[in-house]
Amino acid sequence: MKRLWIFPLVLAAACASCGDSPQDQITIAGSTSFQPFVEMVAEAYEQGHPDVRILVQGGGSTAGVLAVRAGAATVGMVSRGLQPDEKDLSAMVAARDGIAVIVHPSSPLSNLTTDQIRGIFSGTVTDFGELGGPKGPVRPVTREEGSGTRGAFVDLLMGGRAITPAALVQDSNGSMRELIAHDPEAIGYISLGLVDGSVKALNIDGIRPARENVENGSYRLVRPFMFIFNGQLEGTARLFVDFVLSPQGQRMLEQEGLIAAK
Amino acid sequence: MAKADIHDWAISKVLFLFALSAISGLALIAIFIVHEGLAVIVSEGAKGFVFSTRWQPLEKHFGILAMIVGSVVVTLGALAIALPLGLGSAIALAEFCPKGPAMALKATIELLAGIPSVVYGGIGFVVLVPLIRVYIGGPGLSVLAASVVLGVMILPNIVSISIDAILAVPQTYREGSIALGATRWQTTYRVVLRAARSGIVAAVILGMGRAVGETMAVLMVAGNSVQVPTSVTSSVRTLTSNIALEMGYAAGQHRQALFATGIVLFIMIMVLNIIATTAARRRA
Repeated sequence: MKRLWIFPLVLAAACASCGDSPQDQITIAGSTSFQPFVEMVAEAYEQGHPDVRILVQGGGSTAGVLAVRAGAATVGMVSRGLQPDEKDLSAMVAARDGIAVIVHPSSPLSNLTTDQIRGIFSGTVTDFGELGGPKGPVRPVTREEGSGTRGAFVDLLMGGRAITPAALVQDSNGSMRELIAHDPEAIGYISLGLVDGSVKALNIDGIRPARENVENGSYRLVRPFMFIFNGQLEGTARLFVDFVLSPQGQRMLEQEGLIAAK
Repeated sequence: MAKADIHDWAISKVLFLFALSAISGLALIAIFIVHEGLAVIVSEGAKGFVFSTRWQPLEKHFGILAMIVGSVVVTLGALAIALPLGLGSAIALAEFCPKGPAMALKATIELLAGIPSVVYGGIGFVVLVPLIRVYIGGPGLSVLAASVVLGVMILPNIVSISIDAILAVPQTYREGSIALGATRWQTTYRVVLRAARSGIVAAVILGMGRAVGETMAVLMVAGNSVQVPTSVTSSVRTLTSNIALEMGYAAGQHRQALFATGIVLFIMIMVLNIIATTAARRRA
């Protein structure tokens, strides 16, 4: 008990030595759609540049905008167009991504028109019978309001109509896909690059959601994956963004399912 | 002699300082959320904020009634599950089970309280939700799923505190009752439970407080639609899930509205805790 003061002293000393090692560190935050791709490229970049550390965080496109504004992140990731009040930030398109409307693999649906999709997600179409399938409920699932994927979906497809408040809400592409993969009556939307064998992507107005249709412009549900930042990028951040936009970086993104920035 | 007195005085002052820092932490949090959230309650009007079901923050509509109903319904559902199971377990363990196994079982139930809420949510999402969707109906993500998961989460709280309340009843009460010719169950039901009533009420209300404040598990299994639930299979959003879903990207008035939701939650849980402590203090 007499030497009790030693313990806080030791603790303080230990904490002081846990400072940041002399590394270049940048934080990138924002869209959960873009995040896995940036993480993958960042890992490759870190292997080539051992003194660089790139922290990639999610939170959603709007959270990315807020983080860049607040200085919490050097670079933000956004998976939709910028809103008018966000235009003060600089943006660089790093890739393009389609949005796929997905259902359970066992669903009898294979094609929906834009009007039908609007009806389902605005809540006016509630039964599969109205879509030509067997009678049964249709459950639209959407992302949270700050999501870039949701923002792009609403801008590009909903034609001014709002998504019904009765829709189920999931907070990331991953949890959305997980939900659709297990519920035969649910319908949702995720990043085209994240569609895998666990869900079925629907044709929209007869157009298949495939890379070639995005590139030739016939599949119109396409949104940009952008890096956003204040003013000009410098140093490590600039070098990394340049790497993502380089032919090597673009090839990496395409291999994972994205489409080149052009 | 004088040095020991000063020693005592100094230690008591230091401990008082620690206690003060805990209370001031609570006060600072309360002041912060009121400061952040009051503006939107004033501009929407307390009535408009609390009694409107229209929550469309991007269009500046901030009504949290749907979420208040969601929180209340899910909490009551959790109680419907945890109360009979919890009270029954507590009575069985405190009155009818032999001492050794009873203490071991009590310790095991208390382990349940240590499981992180996200694990409960994960199990609920993967196991419970598909079962509800297939065998009962609806999307599976529902009031029912949230109630079951919450019920299991608050079970150890209710069992633990109820057992303590029952064990605190003096043995003389039981002996007197048996001496008068009552059976063991009659003794338990009419004498012991009545004597432990205030402690059991406190246990239940503290469990309710935990259920109201639970966020992660409910977020994963409740569906999060902004609508007043119409049946146990309806998707629902609670006050806590609302804050968790939207705080990451909320700005301006939207953020203030989320802090105002925090004020409402704070008040609800304070009220529940005050009721619990006054109930516990009253003698049966």
